[in-house]
Amino acid sequence: MNPRILLFLTSAAMLAASGLSGQVTFDRIIAAEKEPQNWLTYSGGVASQRFTKLTQITPENVKNLELQWIYQAKSLEKFEATSLVVDGILYTVQAPNDVIALDAVTGRIYWTYSYSPEPDARPCCGRINRGLAILGDTLFMGTIDAHLIALDAKNGKPLWNTTVASAASGYAITHAPLIVKDKVIVGTAGGEYGIRGFIAAFDIKSGKEAWRFYTVAGPGDPGRNSWAGDSWKTGGGSIWVTGSYDPATNLTYWGVGNPGPDWNGDTRAGDNLYTNSVVALDSDTGKLKWHYQFSPHDEFDYDAVQVPVLADMDWKDRNGQTRPRKLMFWANRNGLFYALDRNTGEFLAGTPFVEVNWMKGFDEKGRPMRIPGKTPTTQGTLIYPGNQGGTNWYSPSFSPGTGLFYIPAWVNYSSIYVKTDDDEYKEGRRYAGGLPRSPVPFARSAQNFRKEQEGYGAVLAIDPRTGEKKWEFKMSDVTDAGILTTASNLLFSGGREGYFFALDARTGAPLWKAAVGGSVASGAMSYAVNGKQFVSVAAGNSLFTFALRQ
Amino acid sequence: MIHRLLLATLPLLLSIPLAAQHEATQGDVDDGRRLYISNCALCHGPEGGSVPGVELGHGKFLRASNDEGLKTIILKGIAGSAMPPHTFTDFQAGTVVAYLRYMAASSTDATAVRGNAASGKAIFEGKGNCTSCHRVRGSGSRVAPELTDIGTIRRSVELQRSLLEPDAEVLPQNRYFRVTTKDGTTITGRLLNQDAFTVQLLDLKEQLVTFSRSDLTKSAFLDRSPMPSYKDKLSAPELSDLVSYLVSLKGIVYQ
Repeated sequence: MNPRILLFLTSAAMLAASGLSGQVTFDRIIAAEKEPQNWLTYSGGVASQRFTKLTQITPENVKNLELQWIYQAKSLEKFEATSLVVDGILYTVQAPNDVIALDAVTGRIYWTYSYSPEPDARPCCGRINRGLAILGDTLFMGTIDAHLIALDAKNGKPLWNTTVASAASGYAITHAPLIVKDKVIVGTAGGEYGIRGFIAAFDIKSGKEAWRFYTVAGPGDPGRNSWAGDSWKTGGGSIWVTGSYDPATNLTYWGVGNPGPDWNGDTRAGDNLYTNSVVALDSDTGKLKWHYQFSPHDEFDYDAVQVPVLADMDWKDRNGQTRPRKLMFWANRNGLFYALDRNTGEFLAGTPFVEVNWMKGFDEKGRPMRIPGKTPTTQGTLIYPGNQGGTNWYSPSFSPGTGLFYIPAWVNYSSIYVKTDDDEYKEGRRYAGGLPRSPVPFARSAQNFRKEQEGYGAVLAIDPRTGEKKWEFKMSDVTDAGILTTASNLLFSGGREGYFFALDARTGAPLWKAAVGGSVASGAMSYAVNGKQFVSVAAGNSLFTFALRQ
Repeated sequence: MIHRLLLATLPLLLSIPLAAQHEATQGDVDDGRRLYISNCALCHGPEGGSVPGVELGHGKFLRASNDEGLKTIILKGIAGSAMPPHTFTDFQAGTVVAYLRYMAASSTDATAVRGNAASGKAIFEGKGNCTSCHRVRGSGSRVAPELTDIGTIRRSVELQRSLLEPDAEVLPQNRYFRVTTKDGTTITGRLLNQDAFTVQLLDLKEQLVTFSRSDLTKSAFLDRSPMPSYKDKLSAPELSDLVSYLVSLKGIVYQ
């Protein structure tokens, strides 16, 4: 027998015999779609489509979904994590930074790892965490005090703990790390604290930093001249959702947050590279291959902190010819849906998916053309979309089945942008230069008193080839929920109204809902154990897991 | 008539003191109002006159002569007094000052102070027929806003405006909503909550009801407030009495 085949058979037999002991190799991660029973990365695969090939739950039987188990977090912080599932074990994070391993069928706890962040940790927008990464038998978590921690996935014992940046200076890590080969990649949040953001890779065995890419160009960088004076030193450029990876080119893609101070750009004249951009980095070296800046010299807090969604499709070029292309789809906080060539960064198309009044189209190179006067002032300027954006960090989804791109959107939503000049940079303190206001005051409460003029939340289905809206599922309240689609043409999402629901991904028709009693501020994921498909989502302070009634 | 005239000239009056000191905007005033109601009104009252010797609502301050002085007091408090420091930003303190200036500019007259609250109570329960919709300390209907503590959150000038021009400002939670079911029944009530799938109302029979949107053919807000205007229904002294009564409603006092 060919020794290679023998080796293959032996390993396959060992895997089968050992049941749960199969190590998560990087080859398994980049081919995650071949084992849809597992959910191996934050977005379900390195292409970040948040799409599952599992088809047991269908538009016809989804009405028979019923609750299997709830994990109630011992934390009152928002539960924003997407769980990982590996061979029947579910790993999630109880905010801010406790890691829990559960049985994915019963919800019973195997182990808990408790972490107490430094008292200096002060993330802007909640003491939260969005999830974990796994490689081999090791879990990786970034913490709100900007540490990166490796844990043994079998017992939750820490293996190493690396300080990535200073919490006292305003740095934090809130997103799930990304594994590429033998490295774990994270970036730093803190865009409202005058940080100089960066993306860095760490050796998975030692936790030692392998490379670092500053998201704010400094001395010696080609983008240095896009920052006036010393403004780069406090330029922001935060990272707070997980990037993507293309094995064909070895590029890793990350969305970069807003420049600081947020709402007053006077001290930072220039485009402020690489804020509000997508950067494509060589994953071995961290060197910049290309970038595309969605919102140059941003003054609206339009972080490009969205999940880069990678897809291969036939694409009609400007000359009318159709050819297969390696694409990146991006629904941006600035209200526009983009298609880019992910090998070169070439801008292919940009279309508003909600009302947009800060720009009026693109120049030849794909740079947005600003509208004069649409800028924050001391009196306030009404801008669409408003400060939370047309969308935000909420995971979108791309279904290769329907060919549609799905966006959790805030429709007809605006803010009055006021700039102030009373902010001086003080280490670790808020450095934002103004504030956005709602044009329609409203009281937040358990009830929904939102007025129509304030805009509404929706799930939008977009044809990525044209940017055309195919359907809209309208909610009364807004949404922070990600979207999961399935190969059986289902779409799962939720919102602040406190429902977790299923729509027909082809038409947007509502098919099923569960009142989960708390805002869904996470992206759903799906897995299977012993042939049974589960759908799991965090809402309020708990994790809810559903499967078909048997 | 005099009230309407004063209301009509309000924006004009406002622009003078504000423009003179600081470029305050309506947004500043709105933000400042929210901060004032949640941080300041507990001691100073909605009219700004609850602390003896201080008339925030009339621009009379003991220790500050300009906006900067007011901001300093708001931020740092007054040592040795009951005035505590606040953790506002400088900008937020500025919006509170903008609201104080607005209060002074819009405190049109002493209507409420001149009225007789006891007479106002009689009008509220009698001629005004207010209890057919509003409720105070357990008496009256629930279909309009509960007024037991209205004097802790609304100024006399605002209450007066609501009586004369009920449509001028309707808070989102006080809007009326009307649904039509598939069998043609129409139900009106106060909207208590709504979402993509359901609507919750307090109907005009004071019942809490939920509708599934899939059972409805129509659902919409009513354009206008259901409250009638008392412009031609009450005399000026009666209006003063009624406003005085509303201002006197400070909630349930625990013994």
